[in-house]
Amino acid sequence: MTPDGNLLEVKNLRTYFETDDGTVKAVDDVSFQLKRGETLGIVGESGSGKSVTNLSIIRLIPSPPGKIVSGEVIFNGNDLLLLPNEAIRKIRGRRIAMIFQDPMTSLNPFMKISRQLMEMTEIHLGHTRAQAREHAIKMLETVGIPDARERADNYPHEFSGGMRQRVMIAMALSCKPELLIADEPTTALDVTIQAQILELIKTLKRETGTSVILITHDLGVVAGMTDHVIVMYAGKIFEQARTRELFSTPGNPYTKGLLRSVPDPTAEQGKLYQIPGLPPDVAHLKPGCPFAPRCERVEEICRREFPPFVQLTADHHSLCHFAREVYSQSGGTPA
Amino acid sequence: MDTDKKPDHDELIHLAPEMAIAEDLRPEEAGAFVRGTSLWRDAWRRLLRNKLAVFGLVVVTLITIASIIGPTVIKKTFGFTPDYIPTHDLTLTRSFPPFTGPNGEFTWTHPMGTDNAGRDQLARVLQGGQISLFVGIIATLVSLLIGVSYGAIAGYIGGRVDNVMMRIVDVLYSLPYVIVVIVLLSMFRSQTPQGQLILLFVALGSVSWLTMARIVRGQVLSLKNQEFVLAARATGVSGTRIIFRHLVPNTLGPVIVYATLTIPQIMLTEAFLSFLGFGVQAPLASWGNLASEGIQHIGIFPWQLVFPGVTMALTLFSLNFLGDGLRDALDPQMRTV
Repeated sequence: MTPDGNLLEVKNLRTYFETDDGTVKAVDDVSFQLKRGETLGIVGESGSGKSVTNLSIIRLIPSPPGKIVSGEVIFNGNDLLLLPNEAIRKIRGRRIAMIFQDPMTSLNPFMKISRQLMEMTEIHLGHTRAQAREHAIKMLETVGIPDARERADNYPHEFSGGMRQRVMIAMALSCKPELLIADEPTTALDVTIQAQILELIKTLKRETGTSVILITHDLGVVAGMTDHVIVMYAGKIFEQARTRELFSTPGNPYTKGLLRSVPDPTAEQGKLYQIPGLPPDVAHLKPGCPFAPRCERVEEICRREFPPFVQLTADHHSLCHFAREVYSQSGGTPA
Repeated sequence: MDTDKKPDHDELIHLAPEMAIAEDLRPEEAGAFVRGTSLWRDAWRRLLRNKLAVFGLVVVTLITIASIIGPTVIKKTFGFTPDYIPTHDLTLTRSFPPFTGPNGEFTWTHPMGTDNAGRDQLARVLQGGQISLFVGIIATLVSLLIGVSYGAIAGYIGGRVDNVMMRIVDVLYSLPYVIVVIVLLSMFRSQTPQGQLILLFVALGSVSWLTMARIVRGQVLSLKNQEFVLAARATGVSGTRIIFRHLVPNTLGPVIVYATLTIPQIMLTEAFLSFLGFGVQAPLASWGNLASEGIQHIGIFPWQLVFPGVTMALTLFSLNFLGDGLRDALDPQMRTV
């Protein structure tokens, strides 16, 4: 752990993809910190760079065409981007684990559930087959697979989506990682299973003290699960704040738009709000604010100059020319 | 779920709802679960529904068993080996028609007659079967071993490595492989029949893996972008392990199908080479060189060509039927019907 108590510190991370269409700046100058035991939510529309940020952390960007151009990822005091391949592989799964979006495709269809779980501890903890098997069954029980001992020898297709996601979680947690990155863990599941999975992650997090990065585009999930939130748009952090603060007093027009887009089941029937327009093509960004074409509060300066990253309170930042005004409008008092 | 004992929140979380439903509907099976059919069992069922494939499977099995135990049984029953040349009788000809003894009488001794030197044709055909099948299987195994690893490595690494590796395959492909094999065989011509046989394995094996490498590479290319590979990498699994533990098993379907179709192809090549005199040498027999000997006297002793020829054709047909059947069984989506 670094002296300031941060488990993970991402500094000025830039991940670009070279395509025929030009350089896609999927992640452009992203910085954030995560303290031990905390949960960080990353929200944003599709293509805003949420997943690429996290794949960059464990260096799983497909290269070519992807490349981490600059930045630092300080995990427990070491810059992961400078580690040799062998060392980063020892960290993947052992200390930083990931859960993926689609449990239907993220398990190997040709391997028994038990084998896939055993592989983890055999590689990282040096378990023998028998030990690994016992551990795998224990993990399956922990995540609530009934009849874990018998079901361990099933193949993934014999499991339902929710159970497969449980298996993924069991896999991710089997080496007791310090950081769990959950990349839209509930997107592919139906609502009741979603709640179970989130509750499970919460419980396990409480029991093991793991830090969690939760990537999602579901604001409801963020509200219920996280301590801090990052709002990403076009590869940049648009707003960063404590969860409660972000929901009560957003300091960015984009965040406001996102919050307004959440359907309110108690409201009278009417038109659902949506932010007009589409996310920009990050290969051809114009100067100025990338959100300007869709922004309600747009002014001349937004099209001309890239907005500053304004500090509103100690841990509330917003990327907007008018961050303070928006913040005051929401009812906050900028420091 | 019991209605009188309401489970608390935490218990509900840890119970997948589909299991709860299963218990609801079938209380007598509580705790047990239905065993799903595996991919292989499914494929096996589909294979058994295909009459031609079953025919192929039966014939191949019978011929294989006969080839393996046949020569021994004949040795035990009649007392001669496939290369036994009778020296006692000096009749005009030693080539007896099927079921015929030295004096034209009916006998069970030579159901397929004898060849020019008086060797029992049935024993020779069975021994030929042994060698032909052996050549086919060994060369296919070599193609599996080299082709699968070569293709999987090229496909997984990708980029420039893949490019170089596959261009090598392309170059080897463009050489007319029969000529390569003939050159190899005549350059290193061995003095003993056994040596020649080993050379044949090497020659056939070295050209048989190319298509396999291409097939596996193609499969791996499409598989490696699937999320489970990313998931495996994210859990710290090494590249080698991903290739051989995660990717290769996933290519098994097409590999099995292609391997089954490679066996008859190799056997045919072997027969062709032996027919030309490059392959298996007497006193060892293969269907190719038996046919080659038989064709010299096709007018007077037709059985010397017919029996090895028909046996070989039957085997090749059956293997091809079996291969086609396997393809349909393992890849049901590919069927156009």
